[in-house]
Amino acid sequence: MSHNGSSASNRTVRDVVFVDGLRTPFGRAGEKGIYAGTRADDLIVKCLRELLRRNPSLPPARIDEVAIAATTQSGDQGLTLGRTAALLAGLPRTVPGFAIDRMCAGAMTAVTSTAGGIGFGAYDVVIAGGVEHMGNHPMGSGADPNPRFMSERLVDPAALNMGNTAENLHDRFPSITKKRTDAYAVASQRKFDEARSKGRIQQDLVPVATLKPGQGWTLNTVDEPPRPGTTMADLATLRTPFRSHGRVTAGNAAGLNDGATAAILASAETAIELGLPVRMRLVSYAYAGVEPEVMGIGPVPATEKALKNAGLSIEDIGLFEINEAFAVQVLSFLEHFGIADDDPRVNRYGGAIAVGHPLASSGVRLMNQLARQFEEDPSVRYGITTMCVGLGMGATVIWENPYHADYSGARQGESAATTATVSEGAA
Amino acid sequence: MSAVDFTQLAVLFPNETVTHSYVQDIELPAPAGQGSPGTFALITLDNGLDHSKPTTLGPNTLVELGTVLEELRERAQRGEIVGVGVTGKPYYLVAGADLSTVKTLDKREHGLWMAQLGHDVYSTLANLGVPSFAFINGAALGGGLEIALQSTYRTVSTGAGALALPEAFIGLVPGWGGVYILPRLIGPENAVKVMIENPLSNNRTLTGPQAFELGIADAMFEPADFLEQSLAWAAKVITGETTAERANAVAPADPDTATRWAAAVSAGRALVEAKTSNAAPAPAKVLDILEGNRTMTQAESAALECETLAELMQTDEFRATVYAFLDLVQKRSKRPAGAPDRKLARPVTKVGVVGAGLMASQLALLFARQLKVPVVMTDIDQARVDKGVGYVHAEVDKLLGKKRISQDAANRTKALVTGSVSKDVFADADFVIEAVFEELNVKKQVFAELEAIVTPECILATNTSSLSVTAMAEDLKHPERLVGFHFFNPVAVMPLLEIVRAPRTDDAVLATAFELAKALKKTGVLVKDAAAFVVNRILLRLMGEVTAAFDEGTPAEVADDALRPMGLPMTPFTLGAMVGLPVAQHVQESLHAAFGERFTVSANLQKLIDNGVKSLWARGGDGQQEIPQSTLSLMSFGTNPSSSEEVLRRTQDALAEEIGLMLEEGVVAGPEDIDLCMILGAGWPMFLGGITPYLDRVGASERVNGKRFLPPGVASRPAGQPAGV
Repeated sequence: MSHNGSSASNRTVRDVVFVDGLRTPFGRAGEKGIYAGTRADDLIVKCLRELLRRNPSLPPARIDEVAIAATTQSGDQGLTLGRTAALLAGLPRTVPGFAIDRMCAGAMTAVTSTAGGIGFGAYDVVIAGGVEHMGNHPMGSGADPNPRFMSERLVDPAALNMGNTAENLHDRFPSITKKRTDAYAVASQRKFDEARSKGRIQQDLVPVATLKPGQGWTLNTVDEPPRPGTTMADLATLRTPFRSHGRVTAGNAAGLNDGATAAILASAETAIELGLPVRMRLVSYAYAGVEPEVMGIGPVPATEKALKNAGLSIEDIGLFEINEAFAVQVLSFLEHFGIADDDPRVNRYGGAIAVGHPLASSGVRLMNQLARQFEEDPSVRYGITTMCVGLGMGATVIWENPYHADYSGARQGESAATTATVSEGAA
Repeated sequence: MSAVDFTQLAVLFPNETVTHSYVQDIELPAPAGQGSPGTFALITLDNGLDHSKPTTLGPNTLVELGTVLEELRERAQRGEIVGVGVTGKPYYLVAGADLSTVKTLDKREHGLWMAQLGHDVYSTLANLGVPSFAFINGAALGGGLEIALQSTYRTVSTGAGALALPEAFIGLVPGWGGVYILPRLIGPENAVKVMIENPLSNNRTLTGPQAFELGIADAMFEPADFLEQSLAWAAKVITGETTAERANAVAPADPDTATRWAAAVSAGRALVEAKTSNAAPAPAKVLDILEGNRTMTQAESAALECETLAELMQTDEFRATVYAFLDLVQKRSKRPAGAPDRKLARPVTKVGVVGAGLMASQLALLFARQLKVPVVMTDIDQARVDKGVGYVHAEVDKLLGKKRISQDAANRTKALVTGSVSKDVFADADFVIEAVFEELNVKKQVFAELEAIVTPECILATNTSSLSVTAMAEDLKHPERLVGFHFFNPVAVMPLLEIVRAPRTDDAVLATAFELAKALKKTGVLVKDAAAFVVNRILLRLMGEVTAAFDEGTPAEVADDALRPMGLPMTPFTLGAMVGLPVAQHVQESLHAAFGERFTVSANLQKLIDNGVKSLWARGGDGQQEIPQSTLSLMSFGTNPSSSEEVLRRTQDALAEEIGLMLEEGVVAGPEDIDLCMILGAGWPMFLGGITPYLDRVGASERVNGKRFLPPGVASRPAGQPAGV
């Protein structure tokens, strides 16, 4: 350990940077999906190994923690995933790991909690990520909700079904119509397809070989969920499974998916020491709770809190990566902050409605896409990644673009020490 | 000829477990900064069964693979694919030719078809018009490894094991191109190592890293993403970004290579002579083809390979080897004939060893290492006890020094082995074995003392090699608890354990003995309590015949070399010296006492023992083996010398007689157990099938007993078939 962050006296908070991130291609959950018959832990292992290959200047023994999220922590997602994945990936046995769960915000929480450890000085470099094989682990499988939730009306039974909460959100914001959500969904499919055709997506996918009985090995290199060319007319025909004559359909919501993501984070000084790329600087993060029945509104208070922590306002944010669990949830966020449905700052590469949402893995996908957009667009100084979380939560992380002229952190070739203690209030 | 034309062979095997060739089109990952190099066809060899059922190559499998490859060749011609890969289901590329099928190819023509079918299919793989890649993810034996060798490029997993061309061991030749390609790829010396030395060294195989080191594979990747990395590597090869470096490859026409080639073949022949006495045809055939094919085209070599395979498939040596290897060592050893239900077995949580001599110490080490339970040794005084425990600790330290075990495992094993001068330490033992002096009264005395100390359920075992277990049990309060547990020297190495059932030994005791054998990683064979059980009885009958011929006046070198055609691991006189002349004589006397004149006790041998001579043979001044004059002068000889043919025939007949009697007496369940014992307990060669297939083959069984031990076809060509070539 070379850092001097943890100290009996004179604590120094250190800058945390996002070094690199990638993911497996996402698959459709179920027997016909590309990952049917594939283990969840194998998916995360592919990510860990590719991260190390892509960052050869990082000695594996320097990794201080491997935090891997999964919503269902049993079977092939059990046994303390962070540790098992590290061992299976061939990391030195000296590298510890743990498993983490905040449902959809699992990977995001893996990032922020290890980032907290970096800032505090407990870690120099970490790997954080998430995996969800919703084919192997259907939502809620194996869960045993406490009967008090019902008997004491702690939450509406509807709150345990995410589709119902999305319908509830439509009730709360009558101005958000099915026509608007479908239009948003069509745009998501279109933007994802454009990003893919421009090579923005493939560069951060790790190919995964899978074996199916009677078919032999194949190599999965592209996402399975997207439906490019989706039109309003296509979406108009879909069932509303959560309510008759409802508004939420399979077309304006994320699907049920399998996939894994992982990222390297480091203290700014360690990134410079090891010659690791600095792709984003963590500015602030926040989690917030809301009524479980309208969990989709969670990103609003979480973002307000994170902005306040950072001393920023919504106008300072040049790019939004918001998870698209449901189009209505995205639109409720945009409406709250007075942002247009088709604002070009929002989900430039499309979102989960197109690419899919393997629950606990999605947070790192948002971050990685934001990092790619920062690279493309140095005019943007701040961006956010945000998502709603089951049982009524929101999660937001604010990042700064190192390519921006006024970047406040250290870049490669500079000393990190002088900037490490700059407070966000001054930004 | 195309693979389809071989369907006439395939239809003969309607019950073959077919390993299918599944094809998936893959868009190769783009190397940095480039587009995808194109579509790659990946073949997966998969029989749809779990890892306990290896994928194999039978006629139907090969026809299917050939058809698939033919289609891919056409697609390559149309420019639809840029490369073809072959890989396997988890843990196997493919285990090799389906031996249970091959051994039933009783017509020479059918064997030839099988050989030609393989060549036909593999040559399609080698001539697709686009590069082919084998991704060796796991076991690749014989024809399995040859699929890889016939491919243009190979990657191997660091986790792969069991990579080999074991044909010389099985009784065949690597005749699907291996014998041609391998020396060119990795050099003639390495090829001889892989095709001759390894097969003849207990059928040793290579790991992935070893295969990579030899140059068999061009690239090596870890198992966690072996296929993904192999495909990425293939993409780079196809785009020219990477090339295969083959440091060990040679050009056969190069004069220097010619010299090396000849030297390697010659070294191979010396090795075959040393290991097998040229008693089996296959290893020499491998070297014949290797020697010849340096100047041949691949097609010329292929024709020779096919002819040789067809010839060898019809040899009894090949049939006997398949019987010994598949039916006995792989199958029968795992389901010992006559063993009681394993559910009757009792747990063994502490072991006692009576005695602290060399044998006892070896047993203590084995029990402690394998069972990982406390082992206590006793002897008559503290010095002997300390010596025994000290031996075990020293052996553990040797294992630690060789890094065979960790420091923690060494600490654990040493702590498990303790000693005492009092047998009271056996009070809570579940299993106590004696390894004291081979004298019935001594052993009975030991067991009487033990019964006063141990629990009523404690199993008592004897490691006697020649005394009656029944007699030992006679005065016991609980005779049902006594079992014979006969190990072979060196205990750590020899895989056989003769488990002796005395008339009153009960099923629970016997079941425990078999479970214990398995836990000790030994093969237990159930034998009746008859003098010297199986291995020693047969070995001493053999040594007795040869010694008798020597005593009668046959020159030592004639007598001792007479059994060379059997290819035994060592000559009878060498074996006698290794066992120790006094020990051999002692067992011979027991056998003589039990069975009379069939086991002759040599007066000459006794004179050597009396004079402290440890071996008949000694190394002379010129390094040649000779009998020193001082040894010769101790002995007297008859005037009735035999020729080596006579000694061989006499020994064959004696063995047939003895084994016939043993089977009549019910010493073991059948000739298969005799064979298993000789293979695992004496290291007798598989091409003899142990021993009974050999005695059937040379007619000794018919001559002496009027009948064969095994029906024709079990370990030989079936009846009514013309002899092989």
